[in-house]
Amino acid sequence: MTTDVAVEMITVVIDGFEVTVPKGTLIIRAAEKLGIQIPRFCDHPLLAPAGACRQCLVDVEINGRAFPKPQASCTIPVEPNMIVKTQLTSPVAEKAQKGIMELLLINHPLDCPVCDKGGECPLQNQAMSTGRTESRFTGVKRTFEKPINISSQVLLDRERCVLCARCTRFSEQIAGDPFITLNERGALQQVGIYEKDPFNSYFSGNTVQICPVGALTGASYRFRARPFDLVSTPTACEHCAAGCALRTDVRRGKTLRRLAGDDASVNEEWNCDKGRWAFKYLSSKERVTSPLVRGDDGELREASWPEALARVAAGFSDKKVGVLVGGRATVEDAYGYSKFARITLGTNDIDFRSRPHTDEEAAFLASTVVNLKTTYADIDKADHVVLVNFEPEDESPIVFLRVYKQVRKRGLQVTTIAPFASRGSEKLKANLLSSFDQVTNLTEKSVVLVGERSAEVPGLFSAIAAHTTAKIAWIPRRSGERGALAAGALGNLLPGGRPVSDAAARIDVQTAWGVDSLPTELGRSTEQILNSLNSEGGLDAVLIGGVDPSDISSAALGQLLNSFVVSLEISHSAVTAIADVVLPVAAVTEKAGSFLDWEGRERSFDKAIEGPLVTTRSDVRILSMIADEMKKPISLPSVTSAAKEFSALGVWDGASVSKPTNASASTPSVSGDQAVLTSWRQLIDLGSLQAGEENLAGTARKAVAVISAARATSLGVKSGELLTIANERGSITVPAHIANISDDKVWLPRNSQDSQTIVTFGAAEGCLVSVVKA
Amino acid sequence: MSKLSPVLSAHWDEADSFTIDAYRRNGGYKAAKTALDMDPDAVIQLVKDSGLRGRGGAGFPTGMKWGFIPQNDGKDHYLVVNADESEPGTCKDMPLLMANPHSLVEGIIIASYAIRANYAFIYLRGEVVHVYRRVQQAIADAYAAGLLGKNINGKGFDLELVLHAGAGAYICGEETALLDSLEGFRGQPRLRPPFPAIAGLYARPTVVNNVESIASVPAIIANGTEWFQSMGTEKSKGFTLYSLSGHVKNPGQFEAPLGITLRELLEMAGGMREGHTLKFWTPGGSSTPMFTQEHLDVPLDYEGVGAAGSMLGTKALQIFDETTCVVRAVLRWTEFYKHESCGKCTPCREGTWWLVQALKELEAGRGTSADLDKLLDIVDNIAGRSFCALADGAASPIVSSMKHFREEYQRHLDLGSCPFDPIASTLFAGALS
Amino acid sequence: MSYSTENIAIMDSIIARYPRKRSAIMPLLHYVQAIEGFVTPEGIELIAEKLELETAEVTAVSTFYTQYKSEPVGEYHVGVCINTLCAVMGGDEIYKSVSEHLGIGNDGVTEDGKVSLERIECNAACDYAPVVMVNWEFFDNQTPQSVKDLVDGARNGNPPAPTRGPKSLRTWKQNSAVLAGVSDGLAGEGVSAGEPSKLGLKLSKEGK
Repeated sequence: MTTDVAVEMITVVIDGFEVTVPKGTLIIRAAEKLGIQIPRFCDHPLLAPAGACRQCLVDVEINGRAFPKPQASCTIPVEPNMIVKTQLTSPVAEKAQKGIMELLLINHPLDCPVCDKGGECPLQNQAMSTGRTESRFTGVKRTFEKPINISSQVLLDRERCVLCARCTRFSEQIAGDPFITLNERGALQQVGIYEKDPFNSYFSGNTVQICPVGALTGASYRFRARPFDLVSTPTACEHCAAGCALRTDVRRGKTLRRLAGDDASVNEEWNCDKGRWAFKYLSSKERVTSPLVRGDDGELREASWPEALARVAAGFSDKKVGVLVGGRATVEDAYGYSKFARITLGTNDIDFRSRPHTDEEAAFLASTVVNLKTTYADIDKADHVVLVNFEPEDESPIVFLRVYKQVRKRGLQVTTIAPFASRGSEKLKANLLSSFDQVTNLTEKSVVLVGERSAEVPGLFSAIAAHTTAKIAWIPRRSGERGALAAGALGNLLPGGRPVSDAAARIDVQTAWGVDSLPTELGRSTEQILNSLNSEGGLDAVLIGGVDPSDISSAALGQLLNSFVVSLEISHSAVTAIADVVLPVAAVTEKAGSFLDWEGRERSFDKAIEGPLVTTRSDVRILSMIADEMKKPISLPSVTSAAKEFSALGVWDGASVSKPTNASASTPSVSGDQAVLTSWRQLIDLGSLQAGEENLAGTARKAVAVISAARATSLGVKSGELLTIANERGSITVPAHIANISDDKVWLPRNSQDSQTIVTFGAAEGCLVSVVKA
Repeated sequence: MSKLSPVLSAHWDEADSFTIDAYRRNGGYKAAKTALDMDPDAVIQLVKDSGLRGRGGAGFPTGMKWGFIPQNDGKDHYLVVNADESEPGTCKDMPLLMANPHSLVEGIIIASYAIRANYAFIYLRGEVVHVYRRVQQAIADAYAAGLLGKNINGKGFDLELVLHAGAGAYICGEETALLDSLEGFRGQPRLRPPFPAIAGLYARPTVVNNVESIASVPAIIANGTEWFQSMGTEKSKGFTLYSLSGHVKNPGQFEAPLGITLRELLEMAGGMREGHTLKFWTPGGSSTPMFTQEHLDVPLDYEGVGAAGSMLGTKALQIFDETTCVVRAVLRWTEFYKHESCGKCTPCREGTWWLVQALKELEAGRGTSADLDKLLDIVDNIAGRSFCALADGAASPIVSSMKHFREEYQRHLDLGSCPFDPIASTLFAGALS
Repeated sequence: MSYSTENIAIMDSIIARYPRKRSAIMPLLHYVQAIEGFVTPEGIELIAEKLELETAEVTAVSTFYTQYKSEPVGEYHVGVCINTLCAVMGGDEIYKSVSEHLGIGNDGVTEDGKVSLERIECNAACDYAPVVMVNWEFFDNQTPQSVKDLVDGARNGNPPAPTRGPKSLRTWKQNSAVLAGVSDGLAGEGVSAGEPSKLGLKLSKEGK
């Protein structure tokens, strides 16, 4: 277990300069502190030392006794009375390094002009600093078949590989996916896969990024650009709530690639393949480029901004309007929606939850989550991590990496409340339980990570809210939810966690906003908003920002048909297809803003793309324009103004709303072919932000139906044989996978190729289905 | 009096020497009984006192190695016997295990008891099926006799012994590569520290010893340290197996006190083959720098060979006469190192690839004397730069042959081809020509 | 090829020998060769399943060691030692002549599937040079003619016995099973030691 004790410091002399570093620091990194760059390939600060490439050889002496041979500075921790001489002061080290570089290049194809890595290649750079101008090798180079696809997304060019094993070590040590390995031996040693099992790790892209040569390349970026033609901007990932720092690389107004950014306290240096490779939607041909209004002919046509805004104002004025924010709004945009609903529309009918949700959850969010301060660092120090209806590998991959790191490092105890042990849970060696009340062994150092699917289990959020020992965290899937919660884009909360029901809280906000009053009636949830659109005395209109109705229910889209619908969207969608007015908004790369990750940590980012073809208005700016048009201004003309105002408002320090106290419900009983459906979304699936990413889609986990061995026996099926799962609305046929799941349950992926439970069954969790052999 | 001292090989001329009955008939398993009556630490001390040093090549004191195992640490301890004998020229452990496997089994019982290991492994190279059979049978018979398993000799000592076949990888003779291989990984050397004594097999304290070292232990227990120390030289005590091969009249195994010379051994082997003279030889396998006629009187112990610029290694004396082209011999060894390089580190993997090509050119007589200097410079960039000692071994024959026979390399270049007839070196030269 | 219940039981017993099951990967690969003759995809997948490893991890191990074959070998796999000492003493000539005789090169297999050929490294029998191994049994002091006779015998189903080994030569698959630890009960056959092994002992007894 880690404890916060003072770290012993050690002083060493490197090239005549003293440097003091914590005990355990490797020579190569102590040298970095002095600004002395020792060349290296296999060394990576987040991987266990390998000492394989031998490029970082230096002369070392301890207590006056010199090592007889130069030593790999990436494998030796500093010691007291150590004197190190690098290539700068030791002719032996210098010759050793030059010799290694020469050896590394004898079998390298030297094809930099056609290599994606050219221009940002550690081998190229260090060959310049440490190599010879001409090779003395006149023999025959080792050749391999040119790039082979080790997955649909990653290509391997073995001729370029220097066998540093960064990729294989990453896959094993960081991702827990040893799908690529070093094969063969000696001069024929090469990175490879088992021929039938490709490199389908959710984290495979990191190997491309850390490859110190051009051996691993991403299919999506291959031959697209030269590094020196790219403009790089630090950004934050919009896909999930993990909060990854990213770098977005743009050439001539088009995003060409995204890389993991460095943030030691959040994503370290990693990200997932979805965050890396799902960005075509940003430059899709389906982008909405101009305001659109529906004409008398029922068709959308381009309109000017004044015309479109006037249509919106006319449609909303004196009407009862609900607001659906969507899960990927920035904090600033969510704040805009929140303020727009209260001031311009005079309602608390606003919700950011475009997924299954309950009032119990709203109470949990308002009473508990707004105050949570659990962080990644708490996972690092935890004595026990409990996953509650939360599959980190699928639903928040960087959280998975963080937990896995501690499982590997110190055997961190992990418990999962899940229908069965997923691949992710197996990697975490998680103890599988079926309900939260079975969990024992929780201390104040334990961390309970609660997933958004907990909303699908009545009473669960109440039980979590009542728990007082361990640290709690709520980890939604989407990047915008924690920020939208903070911004008050929820029916029971105003910005800063202020309860709608609390008069003092309302006065806080009224004062800041300069209005006389705020609506007092608790707002409707997403589901209630949709339901009330078609009911007597219900809502008349709805403002929708970035919501896919099929994420909520199969009926959601139909419920919009007879109402006045305004859609703020980046691309054409099922909602724009039926909206009365469509207003184009900037995509995440085209605007500044911030997300709050699951910790509540701000992840701000700047505009990465500029140019004539780019849509520049963030949602908040457009909402402000509508509000002006409706003469009920919200005065948020820019992202900056929204950020400033929200920040000035601060957080509520008064009493929170009451915690939920819902009772648990019994699951339906099953008989015969019946089973209770359970599901979650896999990381790589049919999510709308992954549209058009064929290379990425090729690495998705194939849909399977998970059933128990007993059910398999009674059905007479083996793993891999087809099952049909059906209810009265539709059916799904996928291969069976036998696992330790309750005999009463069947699991399917929620939104994957061949298995979309909400679309097919109208529900994602808890409904009865039949399971038969196909 | 004979200069030889057969101990391990004392009964190899008995047709059933490999059986448990023969072994017992000749006094076997009494030492194990003696040892199990001693305190484990006393066994370690006795082996320390004997001066026994590792017979696998490095010559590290065996008792000291055992003493490095932390005691009362609550952890499982392991003994692993390195029977991966693969160093070119080395051929002592295989005949030992074929003819006398119980000496190893008994040594394992004693050593495991001393280091408090309840699990021991024999990592035997895979390319020797009949040796595997003999060791497997010996283990089975020892179990049946209550010498392995639970509560051995009623002393409350438990020991499981597993025979594990390698599968063709010289590098697994390197102790950490062997451990990775035994754990089910690719046999590539590990970073040290941690050393096996602290974190070896399954990251537990582990002793890795050569077959001959462990097999020598029962005799030391049985006969005492004085007896053992009466053989050998000041710092190289005891007896050992010397293996003579190549162009000698009668190649074979010679068990003798440490410090014997090649001149003495050669005499026993009947001298060089008829009509030929000694050209070069290895004292302890291909990785030990080669010697020539000058070194006939070097005492073959750890210090003597070291002082003469080589290493005692495995005492594999490969003898080559004047018909042998040293460039060809070195090329072939270099091809071996290339074949056996594990691939982990750059200098060994890429260096052996280059050296083979460079030597092929030289053997064919292509190049200039500048290429000889280049060869030495490449070797300088490989030796002492690699992860383990394999590449140093690869450098040895090149450096030592260039030291003793540079003019022969030059002769290839001057002639534009190899001046030697390979047929002349064969045993059946007469029959073929 | 599929594995019988008995095969699977043997694999389980191999795994049970070790404190940690991953250690069983090498004997299991030998065992796959005992059943199928070489390391097949089916074998890799079965081992991966048994040891709870990824198939890539099994591949990484199987391709590291030269005794594991990714293609079928002959019923009699002939290894000619071409390391320096054996090569010089005649191994090169033996390899050349047997290769020409069989019409196959290194790693080649005769069309009848009976004999395959491999250039092997030092096999720890240097005092018996030149050495040839067949299915990893010792054939000591070979000549080009003796090896031609050996492979002809093997192709006719009548190979000679090893010099130091069982009374009759076993097949590749049979010997692979031994390396997996499945005893064939033949340990008692064959000499305890060959003449060169006993030379020192003999001289010592003669007082030399």
